[in-house]
Amino acid sequence: MEEASPPLRCFSESHSSELFSDDGVQTVTSREQRKVERSIQEVYSVYQQIHTSSQPTLLREQHYHYLKKGLRHLSDAYECLDASRPWLCYWILHSLELLEEPVPAAVASDVCQFLARCQSPTGGFSGGPCQHAHLAPTYAAVNALCILGTEEAYKVINREKLLDFLYSVKQPDGSFVMHVGGEVDVRSAYCAASVASLTNIITPTLFDGTHNWILSCQNWEGGLGGVPGLEAHGGYTFCGTAALVILGKEHMLDLKTLLRWVTSRQMRFEGGFQGRCNKLVDGCYSFWQAGLLPLLHRALFKEGDSTLSVSSWMFERKALQEYILLCCQNPGGGLLDKPGKSRDFYHTCYCLSGLSIAQHFGNKDLHNELILGRDENRLLNVFIFLPSRHQLIQFTTSAQRRSPKRLNISTGCLFQFRQNLHQVQWTSH
Amino acid sequence: TSNKTRYLSHSSLFLDRKEWADLEPVPQDDGPNPVVKIAYSEKFTDVFDMFRALLQNDEKSERAFALTTEAIDLNAANYTVWHYRRVLLQALDKDLREEMKYITAIIEDQPKNYQVWHHRRMVVEWLNDPSEELQFVAEILSQDAKNYHAWQHRQWVMQEYKLWDGELEYVEELLEEDVRNNSAWNQRHFVINHTSGYSDSSILDREVQYTLKQIKKAPHNESAWNYLNGILQDGGLSSFPGLLEQVTELQDTCSSPYLTAFLVDLYEDALETNSSSYDQQEMFNKALELCKFLAEEKDTIRREYWNYVSRSLQNTYGSGDPVSASSDPPPPPSSSQLPDMEPSDP
Repeated sequence: MEEASPPLRCFSESHSSELFSDDGVQTVTSREQRKVERSIQEVYSVYQQIHTSSQPTLLREQHYHYLKKGLRHLSDAYECLDASRPWLCYWILHSLELLEEPVPAAVASDVCQFLARCQSPTGGFSGGPCQHAHLAPTYAAVNALCILGTEEAYKVINREKLLDFLYSVKQPDGSFVMHVGGEVDVRSAYCAASVASLTNIITPTLFDGTHNWILSCQNWEGGLGGVPGLEAHGGYTFCGTAALVILGKEHMLDLKTLLRWVTSRQMRFEGGFQGRCNKLVDGCYSFWQAGLLPLLHRALFKEGDSTLSVSSWMFERKALQEYILLCCQNPGGGLLDKPGKSRDFYHTCYCLSGLSIAQHFGNKDLHNELILGRDENRLLNVFIFLPSRHQLIQFTTSAQRRSPKRLNISTGCLFQFRQNLHQVQWTSH
Repeated sequence: TSNKTRYLSHSSLFLDRKEWADLEPVPQDDGPNPVVKIAYSEKFTDVFDMFRALLQNDEKSERAFALTTEAIDLNAANYTVWHYRRVLLQALDKDLREEMKYITAIIEDQPKNYQVWHHRRMVVEWLNDPSEELQFVAEILSQDAKNYHAWQHRQWVMQEYKLWDGELEYVEELLEEDVRNNSAWNQRHFVINHTSGYSDSSILDREVQYTLKQIKKAPHNESAWNYLNGILQDGGLSSFPGLLEQVTELQDTCSSPYLTAFLVDLYEDALETNSSSYDQQEMFNKALELCKFLAEEKDTIRREYWNYVSRSLQNTYGSGDPVSASSDPPPPPSSSQLPDMEPSDP
């Protein structure tokens, strides 16, 4: 018999007042929005009928089996991701990490060996064996290896060659192309900054001009576009902002307009986030958008802002958790964009990441938990005061209940990684 | 053997074609214990085994070019294949006009793929011919008016080849169709920024009046309000003559959380610029009142944000005690508390 629990926001009397107002002027945008709202309403009413008390549940077992299987085998539906296999490793490993499911040593070793086969002889990682190096799979591979955190994992990365690769995609204006002969957009700066800081290969010149280029991506809306001039977009805004944080230049953004833009992206009815103004909610923006709030909180704090909340990130945490738990879970495991969409590992990763952000606020000294539903819904708290994995301050109460060694191993290895590195010889790059 | 013959005569695999008999396919080396192993179809394996062979030999031939077409058809996101195709286009001196037809068809079929748009851009650059581009992008936008790649390509073409004429008219057409198309509002800003700019007061007037007109048609359209805010940032919302009056007038018929938020922005600007046109105390009180109204009633999803704005205003312009969100402000993370994980500034 389930205990009575706090009422869900989406079941409150006044919630229907949050439905989209089309002012009697219907357009494609308003029709699409109303369609989504209707499907969400349907989910809520089904949920209310089935559950006598509202205790949303994270389907841990189901997600675990989906992830465990995917780490080994994927159907031919995944042929379209044949040039993104390190991403599959990262999405799955990070999801398992958030669920606090350990990766068996043999599996971890197999992942290392696979990613080693994805490493290019000229540096960086590619989407699969024998493909060309590309910044996105490079980000995915390096971060996946850091999740594994073993000596074997760190040893896979050829740091000197990685630096060569980063220089080979660096552009005179400070930007980076995604791969040799490829396109420029702000994702590349984030991928480069992330892997360079994780592996400690940042040279005095590597990011020359990069922060200025990223800043030029902030537009009239307050968010960032993929390249200067483009519409503000959650994915690109996260990449640009996080890259600037790694480079120590986040204060150069117009933080106020950025804050206004990102907080405005949370949907009043659905509770989840949209990627762009007047577009639809999507579970993955639970991370790309909501993940900006901890970054901005820290940035404002560093500027001496004394009016920041001491208990919450500046978004509706409960509403986001409701959206993810009620609308974004596939009963057979895996998470998704919105009701009616198929599950996939990308959405699994970023819905869970967003859920973690919504559940946990603060740092070691000031930690505030808001777990919607059962306590078992709690995910690993991966603090993103700082946006790159090596700068994460891992804090987890469950890890403390288990062997304290585990906590030490994961953070300890990261320290070791930084400390045992041979200094890269700065050449004439 | 007769089974094999039957199989071969029906097989479309490259493996079985005599024109490819000299090439030994190269299987993918996933290692002894693969991870994220995709259950490729027989066709997929066949094509990519051959592709790997070609790549290994750095073969530059017509058959290699034909194979890239097959490979793209199976996975248009394989950037290695696209790169190789571009190498072949140049090495074989292929007809780039034909390639334009090809890439047009591929984009129509898969308009949300990065590689296809980048490839088109390369071909346009080689031909140095943007003459079809604006029409092509308009075609794609007619199917999805917010396709990000399409807008990116459009902006690139316009900037690279200085094709600004008629774009403002195009934007207005799109806004006529869907006044909520945020991409179109962004394009409006893009065009004006790169042509007349917003410093000319007659341009700014025109834009403000245009935007207010759109707001009146659909007061709950966030894009229009954001645009109004965006274009007035530099000059300052409170400095634009008559704006406060125009917006306040809208409150009876066109109220929305966006109108209320706009007023907060305007009052805040008046306070920031210490404008003598406004009663500072009134601005302060009204701003706080509206923040509270938004946080508690009209925009509760952004409660945390509006409460923060309220506290910030009180902290900056208030006459009372310093405001914080609790009696004890959080201690700043000192270096003794955090392990040495900060990046060193480059």
